[in-house]
Amino acid sequence: MAAKGFWKRHENLYFAVTNKKVIFGVVVFLAIVALAIFGPLFTPYGYEEFAGPGYRPPSKEHWFGTTIMGRDVFTQVVYGLRSTLLVGFLAGTIASAVGLVVGFVSGFFSGRAPDEGLMMLTNMFMVLPSLALLIILSAYLPYRGIVTQSLIVAATAWPWTARAVRSQTLSLKSQEFVNLSRISAAPVFRIIREDIAANMFSYVFMVYILQFNGTILSSVGLEFLGLGPTRGISLGLVMQNAVNWNALHLGMWWWTIIPGLILTLLIVSLYFINTGLDEVFNPRLREL
Amino acid sequence: MGRYLTRKIVIYLITFFFAVTLNWAVPRFAPGDPISMLLSRFSFLEGGREILESFFVKTFGLDQPLLQQYFGFWRSLFAGDLGISISQYPKPVMNIIREAIIYDIIILVPAIILSWIIGNKLGASSGVNKKADNFLMPVFYFLTSSPYFWFALLVSYLLGIVLGIFPTSHAYSATMRPGWNWAFILDFFMHWFMPFLSLFLVQLGGWAIGMRNMIIYETNTNYAKYMESLGASERLIRRYGFRNGLLPQVTGLAISLGTIVSGAVLTQMVFSYPGLGYLMVQAIKQNDYFLIQGCFLFLIIMVLVANFTVDIIYMIIDPRVRHSYAGEV
Repeated sequence: MAAKGFWKRHENLYFAVTNKKVIFGVVVFLAIVALAIFGPLFTPYGYEEFAGPGYRPPSKEHWFGTTIMGRDVFTQVVYGLRSTLLVGFLAGTIASAVGLVVGFVSGFFSGRAPDEGLMMLTNMFMVLPSLALLIILSAYLPYRGIVTQSLIVAATAWPWTARAVRSQTLSLKSQEFVNLSRISAAPVFRIIREDIAANMFSYVFMVYILQFNGTILSSVGLEFLGLGPTRGISLGLVMQNAVNWNALHLGMWWWTIIPGLILTLLIVSLYFINTGLDEVFNPRLREL
Repeated sequence: MGRYLTRKIVIYLITFFFAVTLNWAVPRFAPGDPISMLLSRFSFLEGGREILESFFVKTFGLDQPLLQQYFGFWRSLFAGDLGISISQYPKPVMNIIREAIIYDIIILVPAIILSWIIGNKLGASSGVNKKADNFLMPVFYFLTSSPYFWFALLVSYLLGIVLGIFPTSHAYSATMRPGWNWAFILDFFMHWFMPFLSLFLVQLGGWAIGMRNMIIYETNTNYAKYMESLGASERLIRRYGFRNGLLPQVTGLAISLGTIVSGAVLTQMVFSYPGLGYLMVQAIKQNDYFLIQGCFLFLIIMVLVANFTVDIIYMIIDPRVRHSYAGEV
């Protein structure tokens, strides 16, 4: 009986753990995170280390095969995954935070000076082709670490969040309970915290997932162009090396296709979590 | 209508201004002193001194105060002078860009328009058919989650190497001479197909998912229920839903243009397709700063023009924008 009471009180949680999309997404996502965390334990090599004969397809010794120079692709992938996840986490967090604050402030003061200014800035950053901007910034920064990369990726990732959060705030603002708080002269910050932010929690969570996906995609793109962190390994860099060595023409699909496949699975899993949660929070979508 | 357009134009002008300023400032204030590196590279080239005189003094004008350098940069920009390429010396950057931008247009424009139209249609039919939905949605999610360059590699591997149908790099074969004959056009088409296809497919997934959700949302709205109670056919309701769902999709197109152009840069890298993106990355590898700046500028102009086109389309298809703003000016 106690269990039943628990699910009654946490209805959303119940729908979340019974939603097929959420289950699938969480399982795949956790598997890939586990690969990044524990993967290095399963490999005796370093990612730069010579691990055996080159040009070998996947086998028992080398799960993802070896590169042309005889490095273990599995090792490179698990270490690269760490860096990629870290960049996604950092950049996604920064971009979501900036987007949320800008969108929030802008929506709350809609039609007044802060809104006009912030939206101008947002629209401007929205039109700039992010990769071109990233390329030009990265190209002139000779030394780049993971944090630098996260910052430049985040700098171009926040605008759509700001716009979406702004319109969400605008629609919440005209709700009756917000008007009631206003009439009763509640302080601005209390209205923001209790009336608006509390009602946007689910939305914010989904924005974060999408930002995580978006920032991973753009940072991998940068890495593929050789403009990622100057030291260490990342998934984009593994694939860049493969292309530079003409791996596809040599038939070495394991070197080029596998790292990207894992990345794509990671992003698909997060999309599934996102869509699943959308159905959880939005009962109208549940029907289908 | 006037106010809507004016507002948009102002934003685009400010963006352009910002981009040019960035383009001017980054090489000047970035660590590693790219300008002195440039100067030293030019001094090795034949006729380098003339270049120094004609370009550096005019554009960089290093002996002048910063503000004057800045104005000089704008002046030469409006004169169409983007400097001279180092890697393809002595070709002016403007000429190189003029040749490259055609390749961007011929893969981007068809890929964007076709994937938007077909993606919306597919998404709409997937939204109302549960069987198709269960099969198609994972496919769409897979497409939209793929990094552009990885998908390009996949297409290149499957169609270009395993099946061997299409050539995997460059815009046309080295043995071909560009011209209006069938042999060349066929060769050009074969080279064009894979970059186009991978751009087209990756975008397709996103539009389909968006339209599917819109259709499900729209068929649950009050107007749809009202129509249903009046006895309207399901097809008619769906058609109204589709038309309503198109508007956010047009906005979505405007938002994702930057990402699409970025995707094109990466796709061109995979296929060595000589558009602006490929050119820009080559220029970075060779420290050809003028060329980097020129490519950056034109990529931005391309996105701005595309955005403006989408704005105009939005204005045409959404009567609310047309009318609510018309009275105010």
